Amino acid sequence: MSARSANDAARRRGKDAIAVAIEHVGKRFGKIEALRGLDATIRYGRLTGLVGPDGAGKTTLMRIMTGLLTPDAGRVTLAGFDVVEDNDAIHVASGYMPQRFGLYEDLSVMENMRLYARLRGMDADHHAELFDELLDFTRLGPFTTRLAGKLSGGMKQKLGLACALMARPEVLLLDEPGVGVDPVSRQDLWRMVQALIDEGMAVVWSTAYLDEAERCQSVLLLNQGRLLFDGPPHELTAQLEGRSFRLENVGAARRAVLTEALGLPSVSDGVIQGAGVRVVLRADAETEQVQALADRTQVQLAAVPARFEDAFIDLLGGGPGGASALAERLPPVELGTDVAVSCRHLTKRFGDFTATDSVSFEVRKGEIFGLLGPNGAGKSTTFKMLCGLLKPSAGEAHVVGHDLRRATGAAKGQLGYMAQKFSLYGLLSVRQNLEFSAGVYGLEGSFRRERIGEMIDTFDLGQWLSATPDALPLGHRQRLALACSLMHRPPVLFLDEPTSGVDPITRREFWTHINGLARKGVTIMVTTHFMDEAEYCDRVAMLSRARLIALDTPDALKRMAVAPERPDPTMEDAFIHLVESADPELEVAA
Amino acid sequence: MSHAMLSFTRLRAQFVKEVLSVLRDPRSRMLVFVPPILQLLVFAFAATLEVRNVDVAVYNQDTGRWSHELLQRLDGARFISHVRHVDSPRRLHELIDRGEVIAALAIPVDFSRAVATGGGHAQVLVDGRRSNAGQITVAYLSTIAAGIGAGLVPDAQAPAPVVVRHWFNPNLVYRWFIVPGLTGILALFSALLITSLSIARERELGTFDQLLVSPTSTPEIIISKSLPALAIGTLLGLFMIGAGVFLFNIPFTGSFGLLLASLVLFILSVVGIGLMISAVSATQQQAILGAFAIGVPAVLMSGFATPVENMPVALQWMAQAIPLTHFLVVVEGTFLKAMPAADILANLWPLAVIALVTLTLATALVRSRLQ
Repeated sequence: MSARSANDAARRRGKDAIAVAIEHVGKRFGKIEALRGLDATIRYGRLTGLVGPDGAGKTTLMRIMTGLLTPDAGRVTLAGFDVVEDNDAIHVASGYMPQRFGLYEDLSVMENMRLYARLRGMDADHHAELFDELLDFTRLGPFTTRLAGKLSGGMKQKLGLACALMARPEVLLLDEPGVGVDPVSRQDLWRMVQALIDEGMAVVWSTAYLDEAERCQSVLLLNQGRLLFDGPPHELTAQLEGRSFRLENVGAARRAVLTEALGLPSVSDGVIQGAGVRVVLRADAETEQVQALADRTQVQLAAVPARFEDAFIDLLGGGPGGASALAERLPPVELGTDVAVSCRHLTKRFGDFTATDSVSFEVRKGEIFGLLGPNGAGKSTTFKMLCGLLKPSAGEAHVVGHDLRRATGAAKGQLGYMAQKFSLYGLLSVRQNLEFSAGVYGLEGSFRRERIGEMIDTFDLGQWLSATPDALPLGHRQRLALACSLMHRPPVLFLDEPTSGVDPITRREFWTHINGLARKGVTIMVTTHFMDEAEYCDRVAMLSRARLIALDTPDALKRMAVAPERPDPTMEDAFIHLVESADPELEVAA
Repeated sequence: MSHAMLSFTRLRAQFVKEVLSVLRDPRSRMLVFVPPILQLLVFAFAATLEVRNVDVAVYNQDTGRWSHELLQRLDGARFISHVRHVDSPRRLHELIDRGEVIAALAIPVDFSRAVATGGGHAQVLVDGRRSNAGQITVAYLSTIAAGIGAGLVPDAQAPAPVVVRHWFNPNLVYRWFIVPGLTGILALFSALLITSLSIARERELGTFDQLLVSPTSTPEIIISKSLPALAIGTLLGLFMIGAGVFLFNIPFTGSFGLLLASLVLFILSVVGIGLMISAVSATQQQAILGAFAIGVPAVLMSGFATPVENMPVALQWMAQAIPLTHFLVVVEGTFLKAMPAADILANLWPLAVIALVTLTLATALVRSRLQ
């Protein structure tokens, strides 16, 4: 495909020649220092990951490299051109795919491509060959007449990629191409990027998913505008070798075991992985304490390979502790019934499109239940029907025995809900937000004051009371959202992609609370894009094309994906395997 | 925890949230308070149909006392900058042709004698190219001529003097017309914008879902969103009525109580329309477009710019469904006409009906969004 120019560049400069040189780059927006004295190089013929949590400075650096932003300090050269002085040349040498696709949603796939060709000064009519090549490469051939707005997230990314490749750039910059793309489509993107690298192009892939970083040949790890690491990811991971262990098959006690493990002085980080507990030891720590824990719980302790995420957490000084002050205060949930949430033949049709097709399951009290699926599989429609935001077209849903259609008020009083963007009132102060959620759930008088005071203590919000939520650090904003949704002590908590865009440490803190709540008998319903978050669930319902295709424990789902070439499949492997075997044609459609 | 349709605790929490959302946001504070007040001042002072600073030509053939008196009064008239004296009818026409004067008077030889015997007419020429200003000038000149017991006759037309007397606003002070009307229009747009943005803003933030999963009922949402907008719109309306009375010295001849009642009902019906717009808008941008798509035709059809009676019958019926139509009748009547209570009540009940219908529809629309 863009072989000609990229190969030229590679031949001219040689593979591994420097494509982008970043020297002492700094950039500030008002009070915020987005980048601080950054030095790095990006080379041809390699996939370079630009990795870090939200707000690390990834997009700022991307935009400086494409000449859309001017650095306050330092300089950047791309393909030999200075991004400030030779701005015009930069636009020819680089292809940029912004986070939000940059597509015109009311134009068809073909019209978008022709428009980008014309914007590049190319005569669209004489490039039929190039178009065919691009359509073939992105497998968008069958969809040329479809409006860009009607494409799935994955197809939009591919079209964005096709448009960015139009001018046969030497350096391709992809800003979070994995966001909003399910694992199946993501797989396809990796394949395309790999082909481009093989041709000698320099590709930069920015991401907040640390598992994506592991697939890059080289990584620039950013945190709060600083470069933490520059090099191949396995080099960083290698430093952690011998420090990662898994307590195998802990089963029902795994949440208690995780809390205990995180309390050990020798443990720096820990997560739940299916039925097991994965821990990372502090540098130079011995395995004694963890081994003792394993013996006490009568499980096996196995050494496991280190992950990039372990290294990242370690660089930041380890994860948060395992005790949840919230769960400690909470009285155990008493329910009259053992089934907290249930649905039978739940169906939702929008016109002649069926978003959810006859989905049935039961969620037990105190269970963490995950809903997973590719984009457009119907998981958020199902989720919305279960918490009363949508009325089902057919079938029924119950929360703690209350029918959501008949006893809406009673059912809603039993559930707490935390939305993706935390859904706080940005114009109200932290205290006013708390007061509002207490009031809207009908808490009154001294009872209300007590409950609000308790939430402020538990989540350590005391010093932020008069600030607005937007002024809070991300972790505190998430605590506030959780406090608001738990104000009325609901026995069932709905979490809609609760940790997307949240750094791994804040994510761990959040899950500490969720694990604590589950141990007190609170039922948790969660949708997520993070495959490692699915590992925290007791059971996972996998949806594809509006149907429930699998429902089991994470370990059982992973076992289904075991194959000779995949002896120990990850949750992502399981996801791809299940979706593809449920519908072999899906890959083309995605 | 109560699952009743209406709970005071839940209502109060939402009411406080709504008031704070409007007052703590510097942008919405600006949007709500500053433009209406600025517009009131701009429209009241700048957008005037009054005729001022015009030049008038006079061809005086009479040497008597009354023509002298007439000229003195023209000189003293505040709307005339210069009185141009000419000595031939030809010159008179020339000045009109060149647009140097807007109107010209030809005073005949026997003017004073005729006035003394109770008659007397001066001939008037008007620049028809500026028909509106010209007509008003003629009206002013007629008043002046009438002051000395004379009349004006149009050029080359039969002397059939028509005397126009403007009731309630004898001097046709333009502000007296425009300020009461503006009160209604500006209060309409403020209330419409506050409410049409309210649900759409929450939808964009994602807080609307949060509200919908709580036990709060749709009527509670509608009530808590109506009250702050109602309070703000009413206060703004009262402020502008106050400005009309105390700043512009417009005679306030009717009942304040009835005006307040109709103001409250008027804002309430507008709030219903605003919430309907908001319920169907997915974004704040759509909501603002919706507010203007409804607001502008409503103003044009309300009788503010053109009398409702001049419209086709079908449109007259539609105009009855616009809250502003009724409120304009009340506010203009209360300011200038000392409108009797019965006439005001005749416009009050349609406002109450519109408010009831729009608020019910808004509730139904919010609820249907749950489907």
